[in-house]
Amino acid sequence: MSYPADFKYTKEHEWIKPDGGTATIGITTYAQDSLGDIVFVELPKPGTELSAGKTFGSVESVKAVSDLYAPASGTVTEVNADLNTHPEKINKDAHGSWMVKIKLKDAGELNSLLSAADYEKFVAEEGGH
Amino acid sequence: MKHMTRKATRHVNQNEGLIFEKSSPGKAAWKLAPLDVPEVDTKELLGSAERKDLGNMPEVSEIEIIRHFTRLSTWNYAIDLGMYPLGSCTMKYNPRVNEAVSRLDGIANAHPYQPEKTSQGALRIIKTLSDCLLEITGMDAITLQPAAGAHGELTGLLLVRAYHDAQGSSRKKVLIPDSAHGTNPATAAMVGYAVENLKSSAQGMVDIGALEAQMNEDVAALMLTNPNTLGVFEQDIHKIAELLHAKGGLLYMDGANMNALVGKVRPGDFGVDVMHLNLHKTFSTPHGGGGPGSGPVAIKKQLEPFLPKPVLISKPDGTLGFDYERPQSIGRVRSFYGNFGMFVRALAYILANGPDGLRQTTEDAVLNANYIRKGLEGTYDLPYSIPSMHEVVFSDKIQARKGARTMDLAKRVIDYGFHPYTTAFPLIVPGAMMIEPTESESKEELDLFLEAMRSIAQEVEEDAELVKTAPHSTRVSRLDETAAARKPVLRWKPTP
Amino acid sequence: MRYLPKSPADREAMLKTIGARSIDDLFAPIPPEYRLNRDLKIPRQMAESEIVDWFRERSRENGDGYATFLGAGAYYHYRPVIIDSLISRGEFLTAYTPYQAEISQGTLQSIFEFQTMISELTGMEVANASMYDGSTAAAEAVMMAVRLTGRRSVVVARSVHPEYRQVLSTYAFHQGMPLATVPFKDNGRIDFKELEAAITSDTACVLVQSPNFFGTIEDVEAIGELAHSKGAMLVVAIAEAISLGIVAPPKAADIIAMEAQSFGVPLGFGGPYCGVIATREAYVRQMPGRLVGQTTDRNGKRGFVLTLATREQHIRREKATSNICTNQALIALMANIFMTVYGKVGLKELAKQNLAKTAYAAQQFAKHGKVLFSGAPRFNEFVVQTTEDPYAINARILGHKIVGGLPLKKFYPELGNASVWCCTELTSRSIIDTAVGHVADSERSVRSAQQEEPAEEVTR
Repeated sequence: MSYPADFKYTKEHEWIKPDGGTATIGITTYAQDSLGDIVFVELPKPGTELSAGKTFGSVESVKAVSDLYAPASGTVTEVNADLNTHPEKINKDAHGSWMVKIKLKDAGELNSLLSAADYEKFVAEEGGH
Repeated sequence: MKHMTRKATRHVNQNEGLIFEKSSPGKAAWKLAPLDVPEVDTKELLGSAERKDLGNMPEVSEIEIIRHFTRLSTWNYAIDLGMYPLGSCTMKYNPRVNEAVSRLDGIANAHPYQPEKTSQGALRIIKTLSDCLLEITGMDAITLQPAAGAHGELTGLLLVRAYHDAQGSSRKKVLIPDSAHGTNPATAAMVGYAVENLKSSAQGMVDIGALEAQMNEDVAALMLTNPNTLGVFEQDIHKIAELLHAKGGLLYMDGANMNALVGKVRPGDFGVDVMHLNLHKTFSTPHGGGGPGSGPVAIKKQLEPFLPKPVLISKPDGTLGFDYERPQSIGRVRSFYGNFGMFVRALAYILANGPDGLRQTTEDAVLNANYIRKGLEGTYDLPYSIPSMHEVVFSDKIQARKGARTMDLAKRVIDYGFHPYTTAFPLIVPGAMMIEPTESESKEELDLFLEAMRSIAQEVEEDAELVKTAPHSTRVSRLDETAAARKPVLRWKPTP
Repeated sequence: MRYLPKSPADREAMLKTIGARSIDDLFAPIPPEYRLNRDLKIPRQMAESEIVDWFRERSRENGDGYATFLGAGAYYHYRPVIIDSLISRGEFLTAYTPYQAEISQGTLQSIFEFQTMISELTGMEVANASMYDGSTAAAEAVMMAVRLTGRRSVVVARSVHPEYRQVLSTYAFHQGMPLATVPFKDNGRIDFKELEAAITSDTACVLVQSPNFFGTIEDVEAIGELAHSKGAMLVVAIAEAISLGIVAPPKAADIIAMEAQSFGVPLGFGGPYCGVIATREAYVRQMPGRLVGQTTDRNGKRGFVLTLATREQHIRREKATSNICTNQALIALMANIFMTVYGKVGLKELAKQNLAKTAYAAQQFAKHGKVLFSGAPRFNEFVVQTTEDPYAINARILGHKIVGGLPLKKFYPELGNASVWCCTELTSRSIIDTAVGHVADSERSVRSAQQEEPAEEVTR
């Protein structure tokens, strides 16, 4: 699996791609793979305030639900509505399927997240259990 | 099949479409008696509230309905066909006399609001069953109102809540072991409690150290299943009860596994304050494809003022009646008096058994589970080696090395003519295979099951793919659950 | 014990295989101080013939063979014989929840048909596989509206079945959901002015029943319009399912909570019955209870599975939409067969007979007593107010093996000596005439007693 170097990652398997004062958020390839076929995504409405480390939605497979944790704080500006009807896109291309776009509250928060290399190491260890 | 099974043979079964696909105007399976009062003008009586059309409701004849449902029925597996070892579900024989007596005219056609004077038979049934269940559980009082196990949990926790409120201590948390049924945390949330997870010990039991650390004056109750979902009796039960009671908490027992205890040990004697029973598990009322159940809640004296209304009472003249004047009651949890038809069946079961029969039943249930355990130990991984009561939990650890997981093995069990065990539960066992044979299985049936399970394990070694693509003998192969969930089709619609 | 398939030799052999000396070894994990070393004090083991006799005796004590005017949430309709013959098939009766779809297609397909027919009859887009009963379905529907709207309080019509309201208040109390009750007007319908005043910006939903507890059909469209204009949902409870044959379904409802007992389920002293929740497709993920969906197998063949299970307790645990697990599947199958038997035409004709019998009875009662709430349409129940205590009248009628209407004093003291009477297709004209005769006698004797009274006072 390859993890884009310009993304940051959480231990809960979300990625965040910063772009100036905004960022897009999704889940990692590792996360979609362990969930299996994704059938539903529940996302917040634009305008919702996310706070780092807190849940902001969930992804569902047939027999599991997984909460989504905000990698950083900010205000939701856009939601990927395409995922409502085509949740399978996350399985096909997790890193290309953003879920929400946020206006970052404090870009400095991203510094505490994992880099691609660190995340890859983290999942290698987790998967080895 | 690689290894032929002695249990089952394939045979032809009928195809059958949806009932709507058989419908055509003018066919009918009904006939009403002639109207003995004047006809009415519905438009005049109902005005704009009149319904004009019943849309796509079917029009079929009686023989078509008989064949339709009979054909559908042949696509089901059932206890009547063979062993149904779903762990935690207690799929035991459903005696037919239960069905017969529940259909007696004065029982089946009794209206819940008919006068007390003409309800004495129904009230006597409720009273007799209540007395039997109190003796079986060793508790002080009981309500039969809850409609199912989860509904009993709700009632039980409402009682807990009302009790603490009356003591002036509104507590906020309920402790639930990580091995518990999903209904436990779901119920606690419905009653407004925060759920605190209690980790199991390395032996799969309540971790006394963890309980000691987590128990405080904010804990309303511990919801404990005993025997727990691993089929293990919580040997430190007295210590658990003591720890709870010392801090004013109550011990709630989920009675899902009562089939291991009836006639041998009583929850009321080992410190339980409130518990529910599942009449559709322990007391043989039929599962009926998912229900109805019945979830009586038995309690200790201190909780009695809070019982749901109405409460059955014996009157001075010897008749029975309902008491509605219960100022401290939690209220009603269901209309009328609960799933009365299930009380009739459960009582018929108790009467057919008597004290000796119930004890023998429990002993046979435990004997059967241990026989299964002995027969499969070594072939399948046994994650917890402590003694089993009425059910045993294996894991797919050995077979998973070849890629065959618990669900794959379960699907292969179908090809051998059995209903599978419970898969992937309890959650503390990865790849769990939870087997509860119940007392209803003969040695011959158990031996056939063991033979099937051993054969499947061998198949995994020789040709894992065969197992991973099972079942191979059913009228439908594995169904696409992902498509069903992504684009739900929850009703039939006519093709335009 | 006749249900246990083992000989003593089998037990011996099994113990030997296990390596246990006696059965007691297997119970060793139970601390000895708790073991029960005596027989349970319950009745001795009975023969089947004794069991049947015992219950026959209870059946007789219950007074079988009475004609009844009781409705009020439990209705006496004819049950086609094939219902019991089909549900008695072991493959339906003794199967469990269809978790293993490949060997449960019979149950799954029948639930799919049930969901379809309930959707069709209620005018909703989806229906679930069943809830415990009408009262718990109504409580769960209200909680569903709370989740969907994010609001917390509930407005309930006082004309909703009193026991449904009691159940709702039990559920609502610990969820911290404030309940407001709205009175009815003299036509039996909800008081609109009061309703309008009761709905606030925190009202998640309005709960009404139609036909309501008095048999009166509510103006559901108007109630829906009012609720929606204030951002609240409309939940409609239906206790008498047969009404759907002739009464327009409550299209304005967002959620319908129904009791399907009338569809071929025996009265059975109050249960088991069959609740159902029906709603719009958009709300399905907040729905409690099981759902069956259509899909295909590996060969493209049509099949059915339990679906959207992530809403449920076994997956979402404390975050589930409800704690319900076991439902009323076999009772739903009864309802399913009943709906199939009557179908598109029969259900309408059946409902019409109920309407006609009730119209006749109400007309006859009105000749001698006071029939309340005549200003709005009703289905198969009506309220009669008498001068004499209805319990006294009922006691006399009971002597003629007729159970009179339900006295309302317990639930609606403000209505005085009122009872709610119900007529179904099984209520014969002669029974109606007999009951009316007794009420007429009562009215006459009370009137003549009243005329004599002042004279008596004088002589005293």
